[in-house]
Amino acid sequence: MSLLKEPDFGTPARSGEATTSLTIDGVTVQVPPGTSVMRAAKEAGVDVPKLCATDNLEAFGSCRLCVVEIDGVKGTPASCTTPCRDGMVVRTQNERLGKLRRGVMELYISDHPLDCLTCSANGDCELQDMAGVTGLREVRYGSGVEAGANHMDLPTDSSNPYFDFEASKCIACSRCVRACDEVQGTLALTIEGRGFDSKVAAGAGVSFFESDCVSCGACVQACPTATLQEKSVVELGMPTRTVLTTCAYCGVGCSFKAELRGDELVRMVPYKNGGANEGHSCVKGRFAFGYASHPDRVLEPMVRNTISEPWRKVSWEEAISFTASRLREIQAAHGQGSIGAITSSRTTNEEVYAVQKLVRAVFGSNNVDTCARVCHSPTGYGLKQTFGESAGTQDFRSVDESDVILVIGSNPTDAHPVFASRMKQRIRQGAQLIVIDPRRIDLVRSPHIEAAYHLELSPGTNVAIINALAHVVVTEGLVDREFVASRCEDFEAWETFIAQPEHSPEAVAEIAGVPAEKIREAARLYATGGNAAIYYGLGVTEHSQGSTMVMGMANLAMATGNIGRAGVGVNPMRGQNNVQGSCDMGSFPHELPGYRHVSNEDVRDIYEKLWGTPILNEPGLRIPNMFDAAIEGSFKALFVQGEDIAQSDPNTQHVFAALGALELLVVQDLFVNETAKFAHVLLPGTSFLEKDGTFTNAERRINRVRPIMAPRTGKQEWEIICEIAQAMGYPMHYDSAAQIMDEIALTTPTFMGVSFDKLDELGSIQWPCNLEHPSGTPIMHEDEFTRGKGRFMETVYVATSERSTRKFPLILTTGRILSQYNVGAQTRRTANVAWHAEDVLEIHPHDAEVRGITHGDMVALSSRVGRTELRATISDRMPVGVCYTTFHHPVSGANVVTTENSDWATNCPEYKVTAVQVDLIPEPVADESTREPVVAGGNR
Amino acid sequence: MSGGVPSYVRLANEIAAQFAHRPPADAATAIANHMKAVWDPRMKQALIAHVASGATDLDPAAALAAQQLRAPA
Repeated sequence: MSLLKEPDFGTPARSGEATTSLTIDGVTVQVPPGTSVMRAAKEAGVDVPKLCATDNLEAFGSCRLCVVEIDGVKGTPASCTTPCRDGMVVRTQNERLGKLRRGVMELYISDHPLDCLTCSANGDCELQDMAGVTGLREVRYGSGVEAGANHMDLPTDSSNPYFDFEASKCIACSRCVRACDEVQGTLALTIEGRGFDSKVAAGAGVSFFESDCVSCGACVQACPTATLQEKSVVELGMPTRTVLTTCAYCGVGCSFKAELRGDELVRMVPYKNGGANEGHSCVKGRFAFGYASHPDRVLEPMVRNTISEPWRKVSWEEAISFTASRLREIQAAHGQGSIGAITSSRTTNEEVYAVQKLVRAVFGSNNVDTCARVCHSPTGYGLKQTFGESAGTQDFRSVDESDVILVIGSNPTDAHPVFASRMKQRIRQGAQLIVIDPRRIDLVRSPHIEAAYHLELSPGTNVAIINALAHVVVTEGLVDREFVASRCEDFEAWETFIAQPEHSPEAVAEIAGVPAEKIREAARLYATGGNAAIYYGLGVTEHSQGSTMVMGMANLAMATGNIGRAGVGVNPMRGQNNVQGSCDMGSFPHELPGYRHVSNEDVRDIYEKLWGTPILNEPGLRIPNMFDAAIEGSFKALFVQGEDIAQSDPNTQHVFAALGALELLVVQDLFVNETAKFAHVLLPGTSFLEKDGTFTNAERRINRVRPIMAPRTGKQEWEIICEIAQAMGYPMHYDSAAQIMDEIALTTPTFMGVSFDKLDELGSIQWPCNLEHPSGTPIMHEDEFTRGKGRFMETVYVATSERSTRKFPLILTTGRILSQYNVGAQTRRTANVAWHAEDVLEIHPHDAEVRGITHGDMVALSSRVGRTELRATISDRMPVGVCYTTFHHPVSGANVVTTENSDWATNCPEYKVTAVQVDLIPEPVADESTREPVVAGGNR
Repeated sequence: MSGGVPSYVRLANEIAAQFAHRPPADAATAIANHMKAVWDPRMKQALIAHVASGATDLDPAAALAAQQLRAPA
């Protein structure tokens, strides 16, 4: 399509029925109470000139360009700040108003460079537009120097890697400051000085890069001039066409307008109608797309017979033939179950579906797993057991109606920043916040945000804490008896279990390190504070009792009736863009698409008839089982789709041993990643800018991913899968990704009504999408749970076997930060490295002091399975005895030290609890880029 | 393999710990049902063989569950 310019109504929409009727320039219009005259005018088809107003910000009333006349009202009020009244008669255009507006514009232009022809915003400048709209023909004061004192010599701040701040072009409309406040919630920007000296500043005397700015881009988007402008626009010029697509980073799943000039991507602009983001973005989605054109991209297939040989570039035909024949040879020699595949949460639903079909229909096994194994597999298990569906219960919009927000093991401002902004808005409106996390994450205390309670628990004691919260609910008479009686089952047994003294806050306090009274007060707030919603992340799932904890949270929500309406629920914050989708598509070795067990004959029958081949009725190998079986010798070949298991999976030494034992490793990826070092075949993958398909976000929202260019490799990834299947003797063919979705819809009840055409029509769809809910289901379990009755589960707390010892006295927990993503394969190949060039170890001042460690020192991090080296950052965000690092850089190799411990139900690794020692070491002599983690000879 | 203990044994014991509050027979059934639902056949066979070999490193409920795995799934 041509460049998509979304209408700007000037001020935000108001909810409610359109009961206020007024007349604007002779046109009658009805709007909800509280709507501004400016917005009503736009809805009536009348554009009122404006500069300081835009419809994602509350009215400000500073530019005075939007003045109107209203019968019975003195003067010329600003239409943006004037709410509509019933019977109002408004005029927006006459000679008097035109003269006033031209007077305003004269003042603006007298202090603005007149370089429109060479300005980067030429053609996309609201100031330029308003000069035209108001009929400005002369500036009586002159312009620039001749007009007297001005701001045109203010310097440009180019410190941010992605945008410039050209202060000389600023009209001090405050849109950027307000966007930072109202949209992003960081409050990094301000207007400094008074009167004529007023100017936008990013903090006190610091540059944008040095400031608290998180580079979300909201200010750039809000700016009506070229003052805040993407460097890519400055360099490439204004885009000329738009492709609507979906971000490929976190599980929020933001919709973007990919804006191109010809075939060149100029910028990504968040889409106002995006169901998940509603016009907001973060530094990754907005700016960090350069990896797609990075020179490291592998664009041609490569093969080699052994991993000690150099790669050999080959044709697609040879790569596919090599792969297919080796897979069949290995099966012939070692059995049908000796090969398998891992799907990726970064690829589309259609690509994932194709891989699981390849495994089930062509390999003839259920040896397919997904990288969600190592993040949210306990969510799938826990929510299925209790609610009957392996998915979060709410849409993101739901948080707007929450009164109490319980954040557990999740750091939304870093990992899910766009949703975090929405959450912060709600907290600033008055919702109470409870944080359960060993670390003092930013949400605990940040500008205008303060948690009512921060339960700073010891790592590994989640289940003890959730049981204690439930104990308070049960023993203090806070159960929603009506909800429980009508909607749930197995409550009585659970009530007896949870009321036992061992679950009391007093008993748990010592285990978890949280004062009993604080637990009691938090429980009371959750149970009685109104709509209470739980949001959780990998700090819940990546534990030896991850699944138990998920069930514990579901118990708490059911016991208090906080399920089945807006503002409540149990919501997993998914790490990668398509975690939900990759799980939905049948990636787990025990479940066909739609989370239906492989032992279900009726379900197998659907696929057996369609695919013309039997489906095994026994589960296949999970990823950790694949590794074990590879080392033991019964698993010989693995296809890995878009996932760097050598960097992301725990206990690197064990993973390396498993990968090294394979006779064939096929990697489909954008880059020669760490896993590819063990591979025999490298099939180049496509970036999200080339993909055609769908991603499903954390709120079950299926979004279209539309290609802005043809695959740089010449093939879509699903086409490659089909060609491997065909080369292995199975006729697998699709004409398009849309056809794959049609098959998904045909065979999966929750996707029954989904198609690319319908997605194009509706924008997005939250599954289940079926006859009962043809447009999707924003909130689940409203009248009854998917499984009928919600099921209470007894959640016994079992302490992890990973404990601090004299030799390893600290507990390491791992996570991510805002600017980087997962193993960093994408973000390390963008300017985001400016914020996080290496992983560091955050260590408490006390723990650092006793070890003689100061800020920036090199330290050795050792566990019972491995040792690595990285720099220390002194931080009191963790309690004494706990340290923290990220896993974005292979050189630091955080997973060299994480262990084989895992969730009992799903084998999800226990990344969040590793007993470690930290020692000061000398500065490395060699270039740090050559630093390697030690994966052998751990100190057992 | 971790510290000489096969991973399926370690996992079986960890599953058993989750059901330790239940009567042994109930716990064994729950453990077995879980293994039937999500364990690959080679893991189940290995566990059965491990019990048959007279190993003593299994939780009693897990050992009982392994016996239940012998029955057709």
